[in-house]
Order: sequence, then structure tokens, then C-alpha cells
Amino acid sequence: MTDQITTDPSKPAQRMRAGSMSLTVGPWIVAAVALMLMPYIFTSNSALTIMNQMWITVVFALAYNMLLGQGGMLSFGHAVYAGVGGFACMHIMNNSDLFASFPLPVLPIFGGLFGMGLAMIVGAFSTRSAGTVFAMISLGVGELIAACSVIIVAFFGGEEGVSGDRTYAMPFFGNEFLQQIDVYYLTSFWVLLSAILMYLWSRTPVGRMANAVRDNPERAEFLGYSARWVRFYSFVASGFFAGVAGGLFAINYEILTEENLNTASSGVILLVTFLGGVGFFFGPIIGAIVFTLVQTVLSLQTELWAFYAGSLFLATVMFFPGGLAGLMMMHVPVFRLGKMKMLLLPYAKTLIPAAIGILGLCCLVEMTFHYRHAATGDHEMTLFWTTFDSHTLMPWIIAAAITAVGLGIAKMTAPALKEAWDEANTAGGTS
Amino acid sequence: MELILVNIIDGLVTGLLLFMLSAGLTLIFSMMGVLNFAHASFYMLGAYFAYQISIALGFWMGLLIAPLIVGVLGAGVERYGLRRVHQYGHVPELIFTFGLALLIEELVQFIWGKNQMPYNVPEVLNFTAFSIAGNSIPAFKIFMIFISIGIFIGLLYILTKTRVGMIIQAALSYPRTVEALGHNVPLIFMGVFGVGTALAGVAGVIAGPVLGTFPGMAFVLGSIVFVTIVIGGLGSLWGALVASLLIGWMTTFAKSYNIRMSDILNGIGISTPENLDDNIFRDFWTVTSPQIADILPYILMVLILIFRPAGLFGKRES
Amino acid sequence: MKKLTKLGAVSALSLIIGATSAFAENIKIAFIDPLSGPFASTGTNGLHQFEFAADYLVNQKGGVLGGTNFEVIGFDNKISPKESLIQLQVAIDQGVRYIVQGNSSGVANALTEAVEKHNKRNPDSRVLFLNYAAVDPALTNEKCNFWHFRFDANADLKMDAITDSIVANPDVSKVYLIGQDYSFGKAVAAAANRFLGEKSDTIEIVGDELHPIGKVKDFTPYSRKIVASGANAVITGNWGADMLGLGKSIIENGFEGPIYTYYAAGSGITAAFGESGKGTIRLVGEGKVNPSPSQEVSDYYNAFLAKHPDGNLDQTRIANTIGMLARAIEEAGTADDVVAVASALEGMEYETMFGGKILMRASDHQAIQDLHIFEHTDEDIAFPYDGSTFGVKVINTIEMAGADSPTTCEMKRP
Repeated sequence: MTDQITTDPSKPAQRMRAGSMSLTVGPWIVAAVALMLMPYIFTSNSALTIMNQMWITVVFALAYNMLLGQGGMLSFGHAVYAGVGGFACMHIMNNSDLFASFPLPVLPIFGGLFGMGLAMIVGAFSTRSAGTVFAMISLGVGELIAACSVIIVAFFGGEEGVSGDRTYAMPFFGNEFLQQIDVYYLTSFWVLLSAILMYLWSRTPVGRMANAVRDNPERAEFLGYSARWVRFYSFVASGFFAGVAGGLFAINYEILTEENLNTASSGVILLVTFLGGVGFFFGPIIGAIVFTLVQTVLSLQTELWAFYAGSLFLATVMFFPGGLAGLMMMHVPVFRLGKMKMLLLPYAKTLIPAAIGILGLCCLVEMTFHYRHAATGDHEMTLFWTTFDSHTLMPWIIAAAITAVGLGIAKMTAPALKEAWDEANTAGGTS
Repeated sequence: MELILVNIIDGLVTGLLLFMLSAGLTLIFSMMGVLNFAHASFYMLGAYFAYQISIALGFWMGLLIAPLIVGVLGAGVERYGLRRVHQYGHVPELIFTFGLALLIEELVQFIWGKNQMPYNVPEVLNFTAFSIAGNSIPAFKIFMIFISIGIFIGLLYILTKTRVGMIIQAALSYPRTVEALGHNVPLIFMGVFGVGTALAGVAGVIAGPVLGTFPGMAFVLGSIVFVTIVIGGLGSLWGALVASLLIGWMTTFAKSYNIRMSDILNGIGISTPENLDDNIFRDFWTVTSPQIADILPYILMVLILIFRPAGLFGKRES
Repeated sequence: MKKLTKLGAVSALSLIIGATSAFAENIKIAFIDPLSGPFASTGTNGLHQFEFAADYLVNQKGGVLGGTNFEVIGFDNKISPKESLIQLQVAIDQGVRYIVQGNSSGVANALTEAVEKHNKRNPDSRVLFLNYAAVDPALTNEKCNFWHFRFDANADLKMDAITDSIVANPDVSKVYLIGQDYSFGKAVAAAANRFLGEKSDTIEIVGDELHPIGKVKDFTPYSRKIVASGANAVITGNWGADMLGLGKSIIENGFEGPIYTYYAAGSGITAAFGESGKGTIRLVGEGKVNPSPSQEVSDYYNAFLAKHPDGNLDQTRIANTIGMLARAIEEAGTADDVVAVASALEGMEYETMFGGKILMRASDHQAIQDLHIFEHTDEDIAFPYDGSTFGVKVINTIEMAGADSPTTCEMKRP
């Protein structure tokens, strides 16, 4: 699951490896078991709801990465394929005769087919070129369909959207999907299935050619492949899985609204994918998990969640363009060389103070926010299980000191870390 | 008839405002290949800074100082942010500006809160310049027209008649050659980015009192700026002007006249189906031009990209 | 590495769910509204009013059921239906049995359906949905259910009051309708057409149109049309930036008649209109504060201002919601059995401190109350909004507005 998809032509080893259709079974079994066990660790309904949201985002982000990471196509309007798939599923749900004739777990396929259908129509003209032209067409089409959602009420239901009831499907082995836990297993099944299919797709000749077209369309054409059709196939496949995500959304929330189509959703999926890392197959999975946690869990704790999310995002783009996945995979060579131990201490010396410093900075931000915007007379605030008065000097001094000391130590130890890193990445030597 | 004249003036104001934003963006885009998603955020910053300054020093100092601050901020973003990301390629650059737009909106809310700011037209300009058949044209709109035309002429002069302009134009097409000739291309990039964002700041200063100064003002403007420069053709100042005016007039006229889809369809010989309420195309039949006015530019853009990817005035494919 | 991420997720998840089970004694009210994003100002101000009302009206008076306090918890739904449903689930898991929400009828539609499904599927953790501001008439008509109560007058009732006021105004002969292109905007337009048609033969509707919601940068073309149509009154259901943009543009471009509307006060809008809106903006709403109906209201407002000097007490129905909920819990003798509380709320007659009484109609769970027409002005304003000198003053009152209004609701009781 952790194979690097980016083929860097300058590294012969990677050039050689492309093309095998094999599937390493190990990681998938681990993933399946993890998916099965999660509800036993988190039993509450809200945890299940949040996890469902995570898995839906995972499917959608993986579908998006088929375009961005594997095909090199930047789309600003990908939410519409998920949205249209979801709306189609809602209409099937509301068509009671049709809906009662098949069990609920089949429904996402219809979402996928509708997403794919729309992708075929749009792809017919948008995939002729990549780059800015493709990006701007996707933006235009995305805006058009989002705007249609409030105009074409018959299909999109206007502002209040279309809602239905999932329990009217044919019972699936006696299960009517009344409870969150039933839906959780349905979603988990689909996320695993979609991820495997998408992974296999990236191993097919078409998936490989998508990489080639991304890196050098001219050479791909010389080899006899039509860059346009390769892009078209990637786009259509991506549309299918986006539609599956839309179908899962329909099952989970039983309502679809304009927000499933609008440009903000399209932007979010771009952020999610990039945060996780576009260069690796599992990158978007990490991105989806982290982002959902930030959006849903952090926003329970602080009003400033979007501020932190934005900062995290900017820091990722500026310092780790490979995303979180790229950051992890940086350590693989070290691990292979057996020098991971050398890094542990320097890491602890730098990262722990840095983390403390950043938390101190967050405290300062929260205190400033509280000072400026809280109710008059409401001087009390609680941070990290400590309640104090934000209008006295002491907490500010403490927070500032923590920040300064934490970041100071991190800055001081950073050169040593860099040295250790270089050392660990050098083959031979002490090991 | 009078209404047409009024609409022409209104469309001109909208178009020229759009031009001030797109002029800077088209230069940045064609030079650095960056779709600067944060461009509208600099426009918002312009409005907020001007509001803050206008409390202390009055509107005119705001008009003078706020764009400068925005420009310096913009240059700083280029120097310490974009230049760093530049090495990773265009997509990370674009995503950087995307994240920056989010962050700026959050920062503005952090500092000024979430409410609309009482940033108003200065007293000197708060009168009706003239009226046409009962429709008054505020003096501030005339002022906006003059400022934007002044900026256009100034830009055109700098780009075509001065040495700096020549170097910029050369750097647009052949950055490596220009660098080989001994010019400091990164400095030019930084300068262009700063000037471009400062122009967005000017737009914010003069649009804030009319269109409202609130944290969503960048989002409302949205991606229409990109649409403008893509329609106009990347890197073309004239293209940006023509596309801005085209969009300004197109949306203004579409909103001013209630043209119904059923009238158009009846006009070309398709008769309205009976039982319209049950028809699945009922929404299509009842569409009116004001409803779709704001998405007309997007339709135009998609059509242009399909049939003329270089845009109206562009020389090269984007 | 992946396991590490999962471990992080695990600990984060258990944190949120564990952190809140400590205070089991309070009666928890979940406030699900936007606390971040473009509509955050309205949401935050509403949350402040709920917190204050719960504290002032209930907790400081010894709580309910002999000492149990109300606790209002804010949940940020980012005005998104999807997020609202997630937050609803989180709230229910934290032991919340009362949901309050008001901003956006789209969210309210999603919530009322989700609450109905939840209560059907999970009889052990049923919740009530107390809607304090979403006024789409459908919520108490075709989409009504037993768990939903609306404390605000719906769009139809308010339009009834507005059109009464218009018909009584001899200066108005031509009316222009403009609104946002979505369910609420359409409901406003439909109601205005219906009521004006019923009530007057002489008033002509010279324009009826919708514009995209939240997307219009410049309202000038619309105001040109309004001026050109010769209208001498405008009716709009716009809110937020759309209200301000439309109102300012209409006034700026030479329109001189009244603008009748629903939401043009507070949240910075009153201050931003300032002098230009004086004598033009007319609003419909419940609960008067200018002139203050009683010393009790003045004390209440002053206490609120002492806590939130920049805040506005612009939604008096919030105090009513808290007051009526407290009484229903007392009458039911329990806060856990929401069916009993809902039954106590049904048909309740409540004397509000803002003057008059409120009847929670049993047939559709719509509150029937006095409605006022307000004027945006700076004269005789004891309690201005937004830290400006401007506020809204009652110029006209309709007692128990729409008490006999029809409903299509077929209430199914458990």
C-alpha cells in the first residue's frame, strides 16, 4: 500500500518497477481488521458518525487523487461528480418501488454510475488539454452546476436539498440499517472495496500511462498513446469513485444539499488531498483522517479551528510539499539502512520542545482572541484543563515563556537534528 | 432608453472595478504562472486597512496608505512564501495561495470580528452627481470611474513606454533570456507581485464603502477574477480591460431586463408545454436572465476555453 | 506510521467524547448554529443571548425542578446541513435532549427530519428541536412533526402583518417584491402576492423577482429596475450581507419609499445603515424593546449589555424559548422524558415580559404572538443596536397575529 506512485525518471530503480499488477495483501488485511475493530474501541454514535464522515472523505480524496496525483490534472470542481451521484441516489431512495427492489449496500454503485456519466460528458471536452485550461474548465463547470442546484429545483431540490429514508430498501439479510453501526459497516466495506479497486487501477496499463502523460505528454504520444484519451479514462474513473462517495454520503446523511456541489466543497477536497500528499497512494487517506478530525473535533474545542487548519495547511505546502505521506516516506530510506535509532534522540530533543512551543503559541492566540471578543466581565477562560483570568498578566507571561523556551530549544537543537538526519541517510558508516 | 444609458454607466463601474483586480492578476499569472487565489483577499485587506486608517486620518489618507501597505504585504508574501514554494512547481504554488486566502479571511475575522464594518463614502463625495430619469448616479461612482481609468492609463504607460515596463514585458515571454542579460528576475517578480496586490488594494479601498466591508467580501468576489483574465487572454492588459467591461455590461444588462427563457423559446418557435408544473423541464422554462446573470461569465469562459484556449487577446495558450 | 496516525485519531476521539460526561446534573441545551464563517456574527450573538437568558431567567432564579440549572452548549455547524447532522449526533451523545437552532431554513429542514428519524430509531435518547428563527412555513405545515417547535412567527404570519401595515399606508400604491432565490425568499414572495391580492384591489405589484443568494456583488442593476418601475414600497426577505447590499443600493440610487423587511437589524446591519436607513427601513418582528414595555425588560436588557457591551438583544424570542422550556419542564416534572415536556409545551399560554402572551398552537407547534412593525431610527431609542445611536422602534402592533391562520400539518403524536 505504500508503494510510491510518483515515478522519478532520474532514479533508475523506480523506472524499472512500474507495471506490475500485483497486490500486496498484507496492508489490506491490516486495514480491514482495523476497520472491523474501530467500533469496539469507539462505541458512541458520534464517533461512528465522525468515522463514517472520514471514510466518505477517504473515498472522495482517493478519487480526487486519481486526477491530481496520478494524472496531473488539477480540478476545481470535483465536488459536482460526488454531488450528482449523491443526488441520483437520493432520487432512487425516494422512488420506493425501485428502491425496495434491491438492498441498500448496492446503492453506491448507482451513485458511481451517475458520477461517471457526468464525467463522460464533461470529460469529452475538458480533457483535451491538461494544465490551466483543464483547471479553468473544471472551475467553470463546477460553478455552473453549483448554480444550477438552486435553479433546477426538480432535480436538486433548491436550497433545502433532497432528503429520503434509507430504511425503505430491501432488507439486507434482515438488516434495515436503522442504527449508525450498521451504516458504519456498510461504509467500511465500500471504503475498502473502492480503495482496492483504485489501487488496482493505478497498477493497470491505463493507470501507468496516466503517470506518463502527467510527466511528459509528448513522449507518451510518441509511444503511440493518445494523451487525451488516457486523461479521459482517468477522469471517468475518478468520476465513478467520486459518485460512490456521493452515494455513501446519501446513505449516511439521508439528505443532499447545495453544499455537496459548491466550490467550497471542491476546494476542501483539494486541500485534503494535498495535505495528505499527492505523491503516494495512501496520502489522501491520511489527509482525510486529519482534516475530518480538525474540522469536526477541533471545531468543538475552539472557534479558531479554521485558523489552525489554514496554518497547518500553509506550513505543509511550504515545508513538506510531499504532504504528510511524503513526510512519513522520507523515513523509509533511513529505516532500510537500519539507522532509525540514530534519529530518535535528536527528534525528541527538537520536536518535543517545538510541540510545546507551538502549543504555547496557540495559548497566546486563544488568549488574545478571548481578550478581544469575550463578554465583558467574563475574564475566566479554560485552556488545557487550567482555568485562569485572561485579564491578568501572569498567564500571558507563562504562555509567552513556554513559547519562547520551547521554540528556542527547538531552534538550538535543529542543527544537531539536521546533522543526524544527514548521517542517518548516508549508507554504510557505523551500522 | 434612459435606462440603457444608466445601465451602461453601472456596467462601466462594475467592469472597471473588476479590471483593477484583474490587471494585477493577469501580470502575476502570465509572469509567474501562478493562479493567485489570494488576490481577492488582498482586495479585502485593502478595504479593511482603509477603514482603519479612515477612522484616524480620513478617507483620502486611507486611499493613499492602504494600497501601499497591501503592496508591501504582497511583496513579502512573494519573497518569503511563494518563492520558497516556487521550486516545488505550479500546483503547490497555487495551493499555497489557496491556503493563504483561507488564512487571511480567518485573520481578518480575528482582528476585526465578523460583523460588517461601518466604512462609508466620504462626505465630500456623498451627493448625487446627476440623475437620468429619476435614477441618481452617485458622485462616488464617477470618482471610481476616474480612478480606474487613471490606473489603466498609468499602467499602459509604464508597461509600454518605460524601461522597467520593457523589462517586465520581456520577462513575461523570455524570463531566462532576461536573466542572462543581467536583470534581477526574482526582484522583478517581487515587484510585479507587490504592484499587482497593491492594485487589488486600491480596488478594495474604493469598493469597500459601496459593496460593503465584511469578512466574506473576498469570497463573494470569488473566482470571477480568474474568469476575467482567462477570457481576456493571459498577460494581456487590453484583454483584461475588454473582458472586465464585457463581464460588467453582460451581468448588468442581464440583471436589468427580465428576459424569460420561455419568451426566447417561444420566439424561436418552440411552444411552452402544457402542464408546466409536472414537466421535468419546468425549472428550465421559468429561468429568467437575472437568475443566471452571475453565471454567464462562467459559461462564456468554458466556451472560450473550448474554442479559443488563448483567450480573446492572448498570444499563447494558457 | 499509519497506525500512529490512527492512534492519534483514537485519542482525539476519546477526548471529545470523554470530556463532557462530567457535568451530568445540568439540563443541556445544544445551540447548533454557525459560530465560524460568514454568518458567524449572527450565530455568536444568538449564542450569547441564549447563554444569558438561561443564566438570568433560570439559573439565577434557582433553576428548574428544584435546583437543576440550564447549560447552553454551542456547536458550530458552519451553516452546513452536513455538519449540523454530525454536531446533532455529537450533542445527543453528550446527553443533550434539547436542540436549538435558527439560522437558515435549509439547516432547519435537515435537522427536523434528522430529529424525527433519530427519535423513531432511538426511542431511548429522543430529543426536541426548538426552532427559534427558521421561518420557512413548511416546517409547521407539510414538514411538521411532534418534536419540532417554532418560537418565531413564520414567514406567512409576518407577511400578514407587513401587508396589513402596507394596506393601511395611503402613500403606497405600487409594491416591488425582491428576494433571495431559495425556499424562504420564494415563500416571502408567494405570501406577499397572496395577502396583497386578498387585502387590496388598488395596490399593484410592479415587480416580483429573485436574485442568487449570497452571490450578488453589486445590487445597482436591481435598484435601477425598482426605481424605474415607479414603485413606492419594496418588500424583501433578504438577510445578512444581501439585505445590507440591497438596502444601501436602493437608497443610494434614489428610491424614497419604505422598504419592508424581516431582518435588517443587529449583526452590524443597523450601524451600517445608520442615517441613510432612517425613515426607510421598516421591519416586522416580535417583542418590543423601544419603547421599553416594562422595567423588567429594561433590567434584562441592561444586564445583557453589562455582559456584552457590543451585543444586541435583537431576538427577544430567545428569552421566550428559554422561559417556555423552563415552564414546560416544571409542568412535566422531568427533563429526561421529552415526550412529557413536548406535551406540556403544546398549547402552552405564556405571559412574556415583552408584552402580551404567546400561545404554542398544538395543531402545528407554531407560536402565536403579538407582531410589531418597527422603524429604523435614532429618535426615542433607549436600546440602540451595534453600539450606534440607531435602533428599532415600534410603530404598529398586531395582537396575536395569525391566530386563526390555517395549517396543513397532520401532527402524529407518539
